[in-house]
Amino acid sequence: MRAVEVVSAGAQALVQDLGRPGHAELGVPPSGALDVPALRLANRLVGNAEDAAGIEALLGGLSLRARTPVTVAVTGAPVAVDVDGAAAGSNVPVHLAAGSTVTLGNPDEGLRCYLALSGGVDVPAELGSRSRDVLSGIGPAPLAEGDVLPLGRPGVPCGADVVAPARVPAELGVPVWLGPREDWFAEAASALAGPWTVTPESNRVGLRLDGTPLRRTPDRADAELPSEGLLTGAIQVPPNGLPVLFLADHPTTGGYPVIGVVDADALPALAQARPGSTVRFLPSAAPSSG
Amino acid sequence: MRWLPYGPDAALLECDSSDRMAAARAVVADARPDGLVELVPGARTLLVAARPGSGALAAVRALLDGADLAHPPEGRGREVTIDVRYDGADLDQVARTAGISADEVVDLHTGAEYTVAFTGFAPGFGYLTGLAEPLRQARLDSPRTSVPAGSVGVAGEFTGVYPRSSPGGWRLIGHTGTVLFDPRARRPALLSPGDTVRFRSR
Repeated sequence: MRAVEVVSAGAQALVQDLGRPGHAELGVPPSGALDVPALRLANRLVGNAEDAAGIEALLGGLSLRARTPVTVAVTGAPVAVDVDGAAAGSNVPVHLAAGSTVTLGNPDEGLRCYLALSGGVDVPAELGSRSRDVLSGIGPAPLAEGDVLPLGRPGVPCGADVVAPARVPAELGVPVWLGPREDWFAEAASALAGPWTVTPESNRVGLRLDGTPLRRTPDRADAELPSEGLLTGAIQVPPNGLPVLFLADHPTTGGYPVIGVVDADALPALAQARPGSTVRFLPSAAPSSG
Repeated sequence: MRWLPYGPDAALLECDSSDRMAAARAVVADARPDGLVELVPGARTLLVAARPGSGALAAVRALLDGADLAHPPEGRGREVTIDVRYDGADLDQVARTAGISADEVVDLHTGAEYTVAFTGFAPGFGYLTGLAEPLRQARLDSPRTSVPAGSVGVAGEFTGVYPRSSPGGWRLIGHTGTVLFDPRARRPALLSPGDTVRFRSR
């Protein structure tokens, strides 16, 4: 059996593919890699379909020993990669002989590194995905030292790839579509603009932001919102006025108003935003739906 | 009915009642237009998310504009019966609040037919409507840090079953050994929106 063994999982290493969208009506979050382009790139580099399962390593630190020959590629937050102590690049395919160990350093910027393995991580799927959902505990447990990960059948690596990984800017400007509940807030657009600081309580469920609390309009001050559906990218505002920007492992319904939804193109950069970094929202009215 | 924007590829339909919401959900679920990614019912709303560029959002709007929500399609929901042992920690308190006996609480809870209105909180957790008026009671002032899996509770207009151990503020009236959610099963969730549920005392 093709396989790798976990030598060190680092801060948090999770199996992730493109998730399990389509099950929200059962209360199941979409989950999946937070920096989707990074996982897709890593998979292409090792000859996998883009939706194969790889590993999302928070702050790098991951170390794997190949039990059988395998090609790996590391993408996402820029990080040093070495094989048996010798430097190997990121964003390129790297071949491991049986017994070789690949180790990720810790990125100086960004949060999440992605490691794809030829053949993909071949653990059983749950609701059509191998992604670990930290909110509901669906999918394979976080990786731990000594775990052995079975791999699927390898494809043919394509070599270099044309997509350059983005660097992480110090301050993110994020386009936001106002609604559905912007009318619950006083001066929604200007108040939402920020700046906001990403707090250490952030995780795969959402980015928790600190800044000047959003205030409700007087007529909504004590209003209760019956639970309604949530999507990735929704900015929900709990009673303390400090927004939560939901990421892939978000709850599927919630009882606090959503002031706006971030443009999906901004999600990969938000997935790499470290605690302490600054987010500015650029709100605009949503296009007429339909 | 009112459409609210939810980014470029989704919209929230706000309905006047949970019945209208359920009817709208049934109409869209019945047609399932291509490109529909998520259809998420809430207490009064229906969230529709589409694959970008698919046109599914416009298809859903057209579908609902022409629908007779007073006569929705006959539900394809399942009928589920859940066996409950009515020994919950809050059973006596629920009875006192309602001004009836614990046996009468059981009779009321088992005597009604419920509908899975929406889900959330945890995979497989259904918010069931149809609860008898005397059992519609506020959440606990102080939520429990741990509610055992299978606990059957009431809160506001809803009743429901905790699929797994979790914190929770519902008043607990009993428990069931029925599995509500198994991610490896062919059908992972016992309860889906639109299903009909009855409870049976055992």
